[in-house]
Amino acid sequence: MPMLLHEARLKRQSIFDTLFRNVTRLAAFGVLALLAAILFSLVMGSMPAIRAFGFGFLTSPDWDPVNDKFGALIPIIGTLITSGIALIIAIPVSFGIALFLTELSPRVLRRPLGVAIELLAGIPSIIYGMWGLFVFAPLFADHVEPWLNQHIGTLPYIGPFFSGPPMGIGILTASIILAIMVIPFIASVMRDVFDVVPTMLKESAYGLGSTTWEVMLNIVLPYTKVGVAGGIMLGLGRALGETMAVTFVIGNAHELTKSLLNPGNSISSALANEFTEAFGELYTASLIELGLILFFITFVVLSLARYMLYKLGQREGKAA
Amino acid sequence: MINLYTRRRIANATGLTVSVLAMAFGLFWLCWILWTLLDHGLPALTPMVFEKMTPPPGSSGGLLNAIFGSLMMTVIGTLIGTPIGILAGTYLAEFGQRGWLAPITRFINDILLSAPSIVIGLFVYEVYVVHVKHFSGWAGTIALAIIVIPIVIRTTENMLRLVPSTLREAAAALGAPQWKIISFVTLRAARAGIITGVMLAIARISGETAPLLFTALNNQFWSSDMDQPMANLPVVIFQFAMSPYQDWQNLAWAGALLITFSVLTLNILARVLFRQSASTH
Repeated sequence: MPMLLHEARLKRQSIFDTLFRNVTRLAAFGVLALLAAILFSLVMGSMPAIRAFGFGFLTSPDWDPVNDKFGALIPIIGTLITSGIALIIAIPVSFGIALFLTELSPRVLRRPLGVAIELLAGIPSIIYGMWGLFVFAPLFADHVEPWLNQHIGTLPYIGPFFSGPPMGIGILTASIILAIMVIPFIASVMRDVFDVVPTMLKESAYGLGSTTWEVMLNIVLPYTKVGVAGGIMLGLGRALGETMAVTFVIGNAHELTKSLLNPGNSISSALANEFTEAFGELYTASLIELGLILFFITFVVLSLARYMLYKLGQREGKAA
Repeated sequence: MINLYTRRRIANATGLTVSVLAMAFGLFWLCWILWTLLDHGLPALTPMVFEKMTPPPGSSGGLLNAIFGSLMMTVIGTLIGTPIGILAGTYLAEFGQRGWLAPITRFINDILLSAPSIVIGLFVYEVYVVHVKHFSGWAGTIALAIIVIPIVIRTTENMLRLVPSTLREAAAALGAPQWKIISFVTLRAARAGIITGVMLAIARISGETAPLLFTALNNQFWSSDMDQPMANLPVVIFQFAMSPYQDWQNLAWAGALLITFSVLTLNILARVLFRQSASTH
């Protein structure tokens, strides 16, 4: 008799176990379902625009709500250019910060400085936007843009990119603010991957008489290049989807301009500005299709980032 | 000709100087932004901010309804997102060694972690706002909860993995069933880390603006009805900062100061908490 009671209890516990496992599995499955639902709803929402414009949507510079003609070319270019310039600025700075934090900083300062850089990532993007609009853009317009106009704007080839009215608001301002925003992301990934380089490797190089700089360039960077690339892609993913900061300072003009000083538009800022005011089915659908394109681009970039970081992790696992 | 050694030394010195400058460059922006916030925000941060509603242009007022709305949506969003995140994170860490679900979920979760938040807003608009036909506090809450989930999943999984398997084995040897091992031993051992993750998630969503634009929208008046458009700090800041009215802009600075310092405090608290618990282990 007691034997049976014991068995009943065991059985109950194993039912609980199964239940518990399946509840957690359901939650995990929920994440997949969420992604599928996001994709599905965006595709459904943009159906009217997809049917009306087809692939032409991607290459058309039109944005004419009155005549119901829409194209994504200008926002796509705006998004890619601002993110690209942001990366050009952010990559070397992040590398410098990671180098400082891993090799140069005194041990006591390492943690507080690392946290300070991470706090830069904690500041909400709307704050960057406000600061950019009220503080940075006026200074930029008064002091930097006239200089760019005079000195770089007159050069052949690259000149046209830097000549234009010094308004402070425009693609270049948005790019610089984006750069400040992605620096902490790239820098902290770089610092983390630099930390996984085996000390033995670095010490061997130092032992052969290398300088710190040479160890960084010839030992640490080659060893971690996949991880560094992953970090950069992660930063790119952030920059592409960044909304509020860009919305404040990019100027929201649906125009294709050569000059980086002119206002432009990005996918996310077009959405933030126009979505609640969009009238008519086609206008809304076109904006949702913009969202779909943005999601697709960031999805690809972030997948690449994860793949690269995973590769580095795998190699590290093998070495250990 | 400069000899090889000098050249290498110069290269080294240049590289290291540039690195120090880069560090200074990063800190410079942080200080500048914080200084701006204090400079513009402190004079505007009067008791009125916490006592009055958002005003019409040209008259004075406060941010009470926006602060309340933000708190409501953040708290409820966290309450919805956290359990789901902890459960899914538990699955990845404890049951995820075999099968196809765990690796794919982990990958998708990492992508959702950095997915543009404005797309989350669009998604909630499509599946919720369109169907109930009006903007509402609930829609904003759902959007925030969706942002919380991947953050909590990631930290829960990482923290559970740090729990030594000897603990699990000891509990199993005493005859504890798996659900008890996980909920009373491993999850408890990883508690501090998981709380850190939740705090970081709260910090992240309390500054989020983009997903609220098409979901909670804004409300100029006091509203505790989650089924109505709801005022919230980020959207109010956005609207007021973009406006030409000086009163509104001042209020926006006060709100910006409030948000930033609560977010940064949460960030620092989370780190302190985590470090303390790590040092006691």
